[in-house]
Amino acid sequence: MAESIVMDVRDFSFTYPGVEKPSLKKINLPIKENKITAMIGPSGCGKSTLLRAMNRIHDLYPGNTYEGEINLYKANGEKENILKIKKENDFIRLRQEVGMIFQKPTPFPMSIFDNVAYGLRLAGIKNKTELQDRVETALKGAAIWNETKDRLNESALGMSGGQQRRLCIARAVALKPRVLLFDEPTSALDPISTGAIEELIAEIKDEVSVVIVTHNMQQASRLSDYTAFMYLGELIEYDDTEKIFLNPGEKLTEDYITGRFG
Amino acid sequence: MNRLFVNKLILGLSTLSAVIGIGFLFWILITLSYKGITSIHWSTFTNDLVEGGIRNLLVGQFTMAILASFLAVPLGMMAGIYLREYGHGSKLASVIRNLSDVMMSAPSIVIGVFVFALLVDPFGGYNGWAGIVALAIMMIPIIISTTDNMLALVPKELREAGIALGGSKHKIILQIVIKAAKVGITTGILLSFARIIGETAPLLFTSANNQFFTMDLNGQFPSLTVSIYNLATYPDEASRELAWAASFILTMIVLCINLIGRFVIRNKK
Amino acid sequence: MSGKLFRNFSFLSATLSFFLLVGIFAILFTYAQDAMHAFGIDFLFNETWEADEDDEGGVFGGFIPIVGTLLSTIIAMVIATPLAMGIAIFLTEIASPKISKGVSVAIELLAAIPSIIYGMWGLFYFAPIVQKTVGGDGVGLLTAGIVLAIMIIPFMASITRDSMNTTPLVLKESAYAMGATKFEVIKDVIMPYAKGGIIGSIILALGRALGETMAVAFLIGSVMSLPHRITDPTTSIPVLLANNFAEAQDLEMSAMYYLALVLFVVSFVIISAAKFYFFGKKAK
Ligand SMILES: Nc1ncnc2c1ncn2[C@@H]1O[C@H](COP(=O)(O)OP(=O)(O)OP(=O)(O)O)[C@@H](O)[C@H]1O
Ligand SMILES: [Mg+2]
Repeated sequence: MAESIVMDVRDFSFTYPGVEKPSLKKINLPIKENKITAMIGPSGCGKSTLLRAMNRIHDLYPGNTYEGEINLYKANGEKENILKIKKENDFIRLRQEVGMIFQKPTPFPMSIFDNVAYGLRLAGIKNKTELQDRVETALKGAAIWNETKDRLNESALGMSGGQQRRLCIARAVALKPRVLLFDEPTSALDPISTGAIEELIAEIKDEVSVVIVTHNMQQASRLSDYTAFMYLGELIEYDDTEKIFLNPGEKLTEDYITGRFG
Repeated sequence: MNRLFVNKLILGLSTLSAVIGIGFLFWILITLSYKGITSIHWSTFTNDLVEGGIRNLLVGQFTMAILASFLAVPLGMMAGIYLREYGHGSKLASVIRNLSDVMMSAPSIVIGVFVFALLVDPFGGYNGWAGIVALAIMMIPIIISTTDNMLALVPKELREAGIALGGSKHKIILQIVIKAAKVGITTGILLSFARIIGETAPLLFTSANNQFFTMDLNGQFPSLTVSIYNLATYPDEASRELAWAASFILTMIVLCINLIGRFVIRNKK
Repeated sequence: MSGKLFRNFSFLSATLSFFLLVGIFAILFTYAQDAMHAFGIDFLFNETWEADEDDEGGVFGGFIPIVGTLLSTIIAMVIATPLAMGIAIFLTEIASPKISKGVSVAIELLAAIPSIIYGMWGLFYFAPIVQKTVGGDGVGLLTAGIVLAIMIIPFMASITRDSMNTTPLVLKESAYAMGATKFEVIKDVIMPYAKGGIIGSIILALGRALGETMAVAFLIGSVMSLPHRITDPTTSIPVLLANNFAEAQDLEMSAMYYLALVLFVVSFVIISAAKFYFFGKKAK
């Protein structure tokens, strides 16, 4: 069964401003549609850097150098090299299609409802009932509807850490992006909340394609369909998760996942 | 697209605001420098006000500001030390901290009126001491708040390590904590000195002014800023020129002290 | 010095602020007694300020300087607030770190210039421009208000910048990640986040403008009459005090104390409000 690809990173190199050596070197990585792709690797290997290139959030700060291509495939099969984007409204469109969830929960200083409705309003949805419907769907999708339905107008800052993370996921899901990028979404979270978020990610993959950066090997093997192992700015190995964990092709990968890393 | 236009517009206007701000700075500095430099002569520095110079005024202004600092710096630092080292966390300390911040923004003219009632009226005339006290009252809250903030930056571990070595609290404060915060506090003192050396309102009816050179603080005392105010409104050209020269010199002094203060922070960090 | 002595001395120094505040209030209140008895609260609404021939008594009302103070402050705030916000936005969100640093230094130098310099510069360079473009005598409410605005902008801008800078980077990034424009991020994330500090800075600047003496003294015209047009000369509480306090006698002197008390109380209230209400919430 051939799976279609939603994003495709090709020969991609990335250099931060003022740094001589590239932080990413010739990366090739396909992101399969409606699958979960995990990125693993030691700290500083460039996972976040790659993730942040995929919706060009790097471009909030000037002076980065991109080489190669990152293609985004539209529903109609057209492809777009997102590294070519220059105009502000193309950036906006890209970020609506490729959403991002950060390591720390980032509720905006507004009510729970407005947090989820925020992106929808930006996207131009003004109709009240439509907003309400989509906020409700998103909150249900993120499994916090029951906890929040009676306090939608309260500030989101009053929620617990785990709830805030789920709210941020709901907020991103509400926009119906094609791809969602997660940067260590469960770091420093208790096991129960971690479980809830993993379950959530597993569920939303029917709707979106997911890329997740994690330091937790169990999480990567439990959750993902494909795994990419990175080391010192290079992609060492990419394959089915099962293959990577049971029978890695590279010695480095094996050392890393078995914890025998120097 | 509408959103993008609004975005561009606001960002453009913000940039314009910054340009306007910088524009005014340069406008003021350039006109001031031009007027000032063309009005300065050698005699400006060697003569006293009565002979068309500012020698006595500079000496008088510095004398008052320095003596005010002698009063304000120890008091302000001690108060800051109390707030951070002894009273920290207590209700009293937080009330005092707030009151001191309120004092920092009290109108300077009101402080002048207060000191007039306290030190001029009962003693039968303007005097240098009154000017010093008025400036010190302006300076104390600034010193309190800098000391307080700078001590807050000293890591708790440093104090604990001192205690663990058997030091007594006040020795640790004096020998360790203050040393650690030295750079920040010095900067604060310099900046507050720059602030009071340019003050006019608190001096108008405390020290008032004196045309002659004097070091007698019991009588009217020469002030550069009060003289600028008087000279600028005299109709004759010579007075105005002297006012420009004095303004230029005052501004240079204030800006230099400021830059030195900021330079100290940058280099010691 | 023994530990106990040191501690006690530091405690006494700390209480000094309290005694100063109470002392200022008590002195102004005491010396204002004559005028308070003579004119009561109507003092605030009476336009007449006239000494008798013999200089012993007269009718003194604070309405004109009070109105002048308020109007010049309002003009200053209306001009300064948007400009200061713009500068803060430029510094935090638009300029590159290098430019931002340079402009910040310039803005802080602008704040360091003594107010008497603003007054003098305003009188000789700015007033003629106002006169040419808007009419009037050059000196008057408008000129005073504009120069006052230039004076408080740096102060307002740097506090606003500092509180905008406290917005966590990830919070901004996640708004951008949802497709927000820079302006939307500023409006929906940064401003609400920094709200306390921003409103606090506006109120503190307001307090400064109300109490500013020297810049206004050169520029407001210092005449005891109500302004009818925005370019008209008038006076303000600090300016009246600066020019006439020292020569005043008896009842007039007491009326001056009364005005000083009004100014002191108003700025006390304003600054306390800023402190306790807006900055207080975030502290600790
Ligand atoms: N803004 C930046 N400027 C310059 N270099 C940077 C910047 N951000 C990251 N780097 C460098 O790029 C490399 C990759 O960093 P990145 O944050 O992508 O690592 P990571 O794999 O996400 O690590 P972690 O697991 O710790 O999050 C590191 O060597 C880092 O020092
Ligand atoms: Mg990372």
